[in-house]
Amino acid sequence: MTLDTLFFYAFTTLTLGGAALAVTRPSAVHAAIALMVSLLGVAGLYLQLTAEFLFVTQIILYIGGILLLFLFVIMLVNLDAGRGLRQFHRRWPVGAAVTAVAGVVLAVLGSRVQLPPAQRMPETGNVELVADTLLQDYLVPFEVVSLLLLVAVVGSVLLGRKRA
Amino acid sequence: MHYVAVSLGLLLIGTAGLLLRRNIVIILMSIELILNAVNLNLVAFARHHGNAAGQVFALFVIAVAVAEAAVGLGILLALYRNRETVQVDEIDLLKW
Repeated sequence: MTLDTLFFYAFTTLTLGGAALAVTRPSAVHAAIALMVSLLGVAGLYLQLTAEFLFVTQIILYIGGILLLFLFVIMLVNLDAGRGLRQFHRRWPVGAAVTAVAGVVLAVLGSRVQLPPAQRMPETGNVELVADTLLQDYLVPFEVVSLLLLVAVVGSVLLGRKRA
Repeated sequence: MHYVAVSLGLLLIGTAGLLLRRNIVIILMSIELILNAVNLNLVAFARHHGNAAGQVFALFVIAVAVAEAAVGLGILLALYRNRETVQVDEIDLLKW
């Protein structure tokens, strides 16, 4: 077994194990920590796929940004009051059945796909490549995203005010 | 492609959390898991096709996820201030 496959399985274990813990822990703080483990695993998989820029973005934005936001909200909203309550819906078999059917369908579809032969990435650095693609081919979506973020900032400030 | 299998697993765990849990915060976390599964798929196929467009798309998905989390948590705070609960099946004002 080469080092690459070893790292792949290690990161996969982190990703799936963290995700499974995140959706099953009763305590929201524990779930947030498990989510962090899962996001770190995904970041490691990005690194293995030679997407270094996304690796850094994932750690800074997801783990530094979104997860911090979640933890802040968990502290603001008194979630410990809900710890003793039921954690799952009353009609949970329906949701489980939907998930299982979706899983089977996607697995069957995925196993039938014929992929074209793999191609090599250009030899330039990853950050350079992403920047070229982003700022040449996708310049307009890039600018629209800044508008979206502005709207989101204004919206969340409005929603978070005491008397909205 | 093993990465697609990992992505499928992550997607299914996220979907299960989204459909089964009662706590809104955990549901928002499940949505983040689903978006991560999509990103993993995009990056894996970008690598397979030798093209950076998939990575750029994943960047856009991350930006939208950030906006979604900020607005979603803002709604959650406003809701908690009014209703004093974070359990989704107790929030049924618009039902029936």
